[in-house]
Amino acid sequence: MSEKPTEEIQHVAIRFTGDSGDGMQLTGMKFTESTALAGNDLSTLPDFPAEIRAPAGTLAGVSGFQIHFSSEKIRTPADYPDVLVSFNPAALKANIGDLRPGGMVIVNVDAFTRKALARAGYEADPLPELRDRYRLVEVPLTRLNREALKDLNLSARDTDRCKNFFALGMMFWLYHRGMESTERWLASKFKGDVLEANLRVLKAGYAFGETTELFPVSYIVPKAKIEPGHYRNITGNTALAWGIIGAAVQLRQPVFLAAYPITPASDILHEVSRYRHFGVKTFQAEDEIAAMCAAIGASFAGALAVCTTSGPGFVLKQEALGLAVIAELPVVVVDVQRAGPSTGMPTKTEQGDLLLALSGRNSDCPVPVLAAATPGDCFYTVIEAFQLAVKYMTPVVVLSDSYLASSSEPWLIPDVSQLRQEAVEFRTDPEGFQPFERNPDSLARPWAIPGTPNLEHRIGGLSKQEVTGNVDYDPQNNQRMNDLRHEKIERIAADLPPLEVMGPDQGDLLLVGWGGTHGAITSAAEDARSDGLPVSNIHLRHLNPFPSNLGEILVRFDKVLIPELNRGQLAQLIRARFLVDAKSLSKLEGQPFRVAEIRARIDSLLAGEN
Amino acid sequence: MAETTVTLTHKDFASDQDIRWCPGCGDYSILTNVQRVMPDLGVPRENFVFVSGIGCSSRFPYYMNTYGFHTIHGRAPAFATGIKCANPDLSVWIVTGDGDGLSIGGNHLLHTIRRNLDLQILLFNNRVYGLTKGQYSPTSRVGMTTKSTPDGSIDYPVDPIAFALGSGATFVARTVDVDAPHLQQILRRAYAHKGTSFIEILQNCPVYNDNEFIEVEDRKQRVNASLKLQDGEPLVFGPESDRKGIRIEDGVPSVVQLSNGQDPIEAGVAIHNERHDTPAYAFALASLTRPNFPVPVGVFRAVDKPSYETMLAAQVTHAIAHKGEGDLQALLESSETWIVEA
Repeated sequence: MSEKPTEEIQHVAIRFTGDSGDGMQLTGMKFTESTALAGNDLSTLPDFPAEIRAPAGTLAGVSGFQIHFSSEKIRTPADYPDVLVSFNPAALKANIGDLRPGGMVIVNVDAFTRKALARAGYEADPLPELRDRYRLVEVPLTRLNREALKDLNLSARDTDRCKNFFALGMMFWLYHRGMESTERWLASKFKGDVLEANLRVLKAGYAFGETTELFPVSYIVPKAKIEPGHYRNITGNTALAWGIIGAAVQLRQPVFLAAYPITPASDILHEVSRYRHFGVKTFQAEDEIAAMCAAIGASFAGALAVCTTSGPGFVLKQEALGLAVIAELPVVVVDVQRAGPSTGMPTKTEQGDLLLALSGRNSDCPVPVLAAATPGDCFYTVIEAFQLAVKYMTPVVVLSDSYLASSSEPWLIPDVSQLRQEAVEFRTDPEGFQPFERNPDSLARPWAIPGTPNLEHRIGGLSKQEVTGNVDYDPQNNQRMNDLRHEKIERIAADLPPLEVMGPDQGDLLLVGWGGTHGAITSAAEDARSDGLPVSNIHLRHLNPFPSNLGEILVRFDKVLIPELNRGQLAQLIRARFLVDAKSLSKLEGQPFRVAEIRARIDSLLAGEN
Repeated sequence: MAETTVTLTHKDFASDQDIRWCPGCGDYSILTNVQRVMPDLGVPRENFVFVSGIGCSSRFPYYMNTYGFHTIHGRAPAFATGIKCANPDLSVWIVTGDGDGLSIGGNHLLHTIRRNLDLQILLFNNRVYGLTKGQYSPTSRVGMTTKSTPDGSIDYPVDPIAFALGSGATFVARTVDVDAPHLQQILRRAYAHKGTSFIEILQNCPVYNDNEFIEVEDRKQRVNASLKLQDGEPLVFGPESDRKGIRIEDGVPSVVQLSNGQDPIEAGVAIHNERHDTPAYAFALASLTRPNFPVPVGVFRAVDKPSYETMLAAQVTHAIAHKGEGDLQALLESSETWIVEA
């Protein structure tokens, strides 16, 4: 390889930034893939504008992709990047504030024209000043890329579009990554001159890194010591889509997915739609309401029904979800939460829909709510949601978020034969059949589907008589049916594994988290413990019902801190339910927590502040 | 299955629930006629599903001894879509009203018709909100005085037939609550049609909009006030002594007075054709309204087009034939993976 010296480092975080048309997400993903294959632990954070092509060169159009990789176990995409790659002045301006002091900045100097500087709002060239504060590497990326492709018959535009792969090749050299997976991908995606051009600039970028004096050393991040096994890299949305298919396989019943396109959940619809050969039917409905209703209809007819959406769509589904609660039909609703309120910031993350999921419907209308902790965990969470839905004959809500949806991590591929398999059971015996008779343990009613002889019955949204399900307005009956629906959901707690406390079993401070903040909260707690601080943490995967030992854990700690990407929704629930003086750490910036933000609050609480 | 070979009668389709429509409501007649048609369709009883939204008409499924789903306001077509996609063998019937189907549920009605799922939509049109006690509906006439329009409605109404045609319906018909033979005939035609069958049923609400359709319900008046559409037959109406026909020129209909014994075709009267390539002719028929024209009843349009659920199922079959049955383990291990050694 290179004859230049190498330096071994434990971890590094790189952020690729450019215009939303510069291919930063693709560059980041290809770098991630190669990093995964190199055996590092990793975590990624894509961050892009909602606009497909925001005006070029402006701050609004900047797209970024951060990857943190390490020879140790890591749980977050890192608070601050060590290396910033910026394709234009706007990308630099929007991101330089995050760069770690003394970090490396790699810029495409060709893009730093007077006009581009002005578009980014720079009054003067910022590079001279950066030379003092950072390790500035000025690469004439546009020129080098054009030079490499000058004899190919490509338009100027197509030529310039390749420059992200020049930069990728250069970064592959700098961190000793293999190019093979990217080459395979290019060969599967392109042909002719475009394939040739991309392969050529990838190698040219690599060779440039090797020969240029701009990079005196290259870096080696050794393989991570992680659990042995067969791995792949996976994003939350892909894991969720595969979990939906996994549920069909595990429960041996076809899936019907109904959805209306919405950021950031659409990718789940796209992904599941590719797998018709698993017997999957997908339906792009005319609106969010229709998607929910079609899914409930499919459930009535015996399909494993699921809807995928995000906050604004989830709101629209609530009335129909209420019908599924009173009709007691199994259906899974996935809400990939995004920053709100209203349209908000469609591509940014938040955990603002917890209270909506729990109680966004008219009247008392209980549904189980689960939240995924990591991208790979989305797979298991949605399978569990289906299992609960069919066992208890209830709609189940799965909360993911925009961060989990698009970020990625190495994922230990499960052995499918080891997953719980349980064929769905439909009622077929007409003897003594009553639509609302209940299983004495689960309180579930039978799933009796159209097409089954002699089980003809009617269900609907009107108050139902116990057992028969006939329309009934009797006051005591209405009370009993409310109690039964409530009790049925509460009984799920008996199926849940007890919560495990990470860190000391009791003591000064307990952190409580749920959903996609798992990585940041766990890292902050681990950091604090490694500094000798008395900090414990628990993670809630089940938000309704809560695991049965939650209350007894909470009271064993002097202080409880609940970091959430909302204004304290879980904190409100915990305070109300357990009469514990839980503190909320709230963030509503559309970005995940930084570990340091949580750590700072840990320190202030332990120092006696309130 | 043994049960399904037994000959059923209309009584087998009546549930044990007390019917709670107002005395004299047109819904009674529709219910009876639907129950009478069901046994003849050759469908096992367990394969019928009645789906409704909210409103007087939407209580319908509770009175049918079949599978039934009384859903939420306006959304019955979306529920029915899920049911039919999940199990294409089911015979799915949507019961809706002018408020449920064309106001809150207009969107779903449009898209379900457009997709041409093989199901039947019975829209009971009484031109008023009944269950909420008498407000005007999207099919009410301009000027109608109701509790919510004390000075008269200023909403222009939507015509259900034109709406269905505009949505690309492959089967569009109109019938009348009290005309039992015609109602039954249209229900049978609708069932036989493979695709979405849309039927507007003119239905009297004796409490909030009595006699709205008296001209087409009353045996004496309907001779002059309604036009029975029969495929291949000229558009003629009126008693033998005073026959008239409908001429359509440049899409514009007009009434032609026929002299005694005159051949209507020679007089330029249009011949009814359910299967025109474009819906333009059917739109012209839909524009025939009282008092200047008779109200057409019968099948406006019936054309063939593959249904959504058939094509959806075919995509699954095709995918399995070409890719083999899905293998979850192989999916999880697809593209780039690596082994971490112990």
